[in-house]
Amino acid sequence: MNKQLSRRGFIKGGLAGTVAATVLKDTNADAGHHFEAYPNAMGVIVDLTRCVGCRSCEAACNKEQELPAQPEPFDDFNVFDQRLHGQRRRTDETRYTVVNRYEVPGQDHPLFRKQQCNHCNEPACLTSCFVNAYTKTPEGAVIYNSKVCVGCRTCMIACPFYVPTFKYSSAFKPKIMKCVFCYDTRLKEGKPPACVEACPQEALTFGKRDDMLDVGHQRIRMNPGKYVEHIYGEHEAGGTSWMYLSPVPFDKVGLDTDVPQEPILNYVTGFLAIVPMVLTIWPALFTGFHLLATRKDRIEELENDDKQEA
Amino acid sequence: MKKFSTSNPAIPIVDLVKPDGSSWTLKEKLWLGLTPQQYKEQFFRNWINWMMVGIFAIGIPIIIQRYIFGLEAVTHASNDYPWGLFLGFGLFGMVPLSASGFMLGTTVEIFGRKDFLPIERLALLNGLLGYFFAVLFLEVDLGMPWRLPYPMFISLGPAAVLFLVAWHVATYLSVQIAELVPAFCEWYGWLKGKRWIKSIVLGLTVSGIILSTLHQGALGALFNYAPAKIHPLWISAEFQWIHFFCSSIFAGLSMVIVSSTLVIWTMQWRVDDRFRDSLDRITLGLGKGCSYAMITYLVIKIIAIAHDQEWAYLLTGWGQYYLLELGVAVVLPMFMFAIGVKNHWVGIVRIAALISAVGIIWNRLNTSMIAYNWKLYPEIPHWKEVWICITLYSLYFLTYRFILYRLPIVYEWKGEK
Repeated sequence: MNKQLSRRGFIKGGLAGTVAATVLKDTNADAGHHFEAYPNAMGVIVDLTRCVGCRSCEAACNKEQELPAQPEPFDDFNVFDQRLHGQRRRTDETRYTVVNRYEVPGQDHPLFRKQQCNHCNEPACLTSCFVNAYTKTPEGAVIYNSKVCVGCRTCMIACPFYVPTFKYSSAFKPKIMKCVFCYDTRLKEGKPPACVEACPQEALTFGKRDDMLDVGHQRIRMNPGKYVEHIYGEHEAGGTSWMYLSPVPFDKVGLDTDVPQEPILNYVTGFLAIVPMVLTIWPALFTGFHLLATRKDRIEELENDDKQEA
Repeated sequence: MKKFSTSNPAIPIVDLVKPDGSSWTLKEKLWLGLTPQQYKEQFFRNWINWMMVGIFAIGIPIIIQRYIFGLEAVTHASNDYPWGLFLGFGLFGMVPLSASGFMLGTTVEIFGRKDFLPIERLALLNGLLGYFFAVLFLEVDLGMPWRLPYPMFISLGPAAVLFLVAWHVATYLSVQIAELVPAFCEWYGWLKGKRWIKSIVLGLTVSGIILSTLHQGALGALFNYAPAKIHPLWISAEFQWIHFFCSSIFAGLSMVIVSSTLVIWTMQWRVDDRFRDSLDRITLGLGKGCSYAMITYLVIKIIAIAHDQEWAYLLTGWGQYYLLELGVAVVLPMFMFAIGVKNHWVGIVRIAALISAVGIIWNRLNTSMIAYNWKLYPEIPHWKEVWICITLYSLYFLTYRFILYRLPIVYEWKGEK
């Protein structure tokens, strides 16, 4: 009786392991899926040589996205001196874009840089989200669905540009707040986002991303010495819809030059690849160890049975 | 407890029936066979309980505040540091310390090392509670805690590392509950349930190994999402998951040593001779496992530095801090384990276990908070955030003790099994 039970138990146990393995294997079936950039995605090129820091884009964004009133009016330029933890202003739940001033040695005037969501081709926020709350639209915008978001804030960890912000102030309806390229109100209809339209200096140029890359390269070519010979965003994080041209090295205007030149997703595929391997090999390996480790007991058991029968 | 057990030979309860032949009722079992008066007396004699009362008196209102006014009310609401202590300590720290369940499950059930049987259930309980409370910490941290099942059923993002963590932790929680059902069945007197679990124990244990390998690793792989934000010494794209997995092995074993030490020091009335007499031998065995896991970990940590060409970083201030972590939290306890095991010095193994358990939390905090955003500014958590962590950890402690007092975890059930 004892013997039978243990053998049956063994099979049942093995089955439970296999079932667990099959059920769980599905969870990562499309871990390796690749996400091609949309051919007609729109983009914006930000030319730092043209920006004068008028903050019109901030004001336009605030109005378009119906964000709360800011403590300082948009024509107050003292905000450029604000520092929190030694850092310049950043986006948060009340503002999707901010302009900051950078005094760069060797430049006769300060530089200004607008920041907002860069709308990556292969967004880290999207690929790290375990409830699929993000979508990259064919128009190029990275939009977010607050109805399924759990509030884990992994997207904020994953975004190499520190873009998604969280509505910490709400206990019952918190959500991620970030620039959505004015998707619902403008981009969907082919119109440029509010900030671009508001820019009086043509520092922001809107068009198809591919064309914007050409524009950028052409400006670099036509104005030797004026720009750093690189478009920030052409390859950063696998390429972004919003890109920057700068007269000074990008780290001087607060852009992180350590951001990898490939999608953030590539850093986790190595781990995701071991998942099927562990699911397949471990059950056999450890059941095998069990059989090996307990073989002496088993032999003893059999011998005892033989003796009893004899 | 000692006082009551000398006056009443029937307690502590180890059997379904009293010495006079009648059965213990559930209520009596919950009261540990004491009268409510006696129970109150022993509860308030213990200074730890007074400390807990103090912690909860401040902690519970803060937790309520968090659920009414949002995370902003109790944390710095940082957009630069989206994950604070709740996850850094509660999830990334508690989960490796709970690897004990699958470690001892494997040792006893798979490798057939019956000599570790007396500590198996303590390791399983340590695992179960650690995971359960990691989920509670998560529930404090999540913006929308009521949506916890969303990644399972409502909206699936299967290509995300966190998706794997969610599924595996949930499944593994069920596995661990199942593994502890026998202890509950004996105590409750429902033997059918126990027999059923016994028949699938091998399958449960193997699933435990699979799930643990993957989600302990996945917690490390989560940081791969921030390759440019974490100091290069604490992040290694290729090795991160294996660092987290390997360190969880000695973390889990160390935590069982710490926990069993507390049991043997403070719960003499509850343990039986089998546990008492074998604990020193078992502690040395676990210590040996720890020292092996630690040398492996140390080697792969060094290989990661070599692989990523990061030697130059070791000469910077961050590098020295890194070496301090490795020296104090890994090399020191590793030698203490080795020396303790070689000379049969149980005391030194126990101190090493405490160092390595605290060291793991230190490592996870270094990865998730201190070396995170190393190019920006350091984040010092809000005091309320710290207090909530202490409160939840105290609740963990109380639950742990509540179960140890009752279920046959550190003693063998005398009654029908």
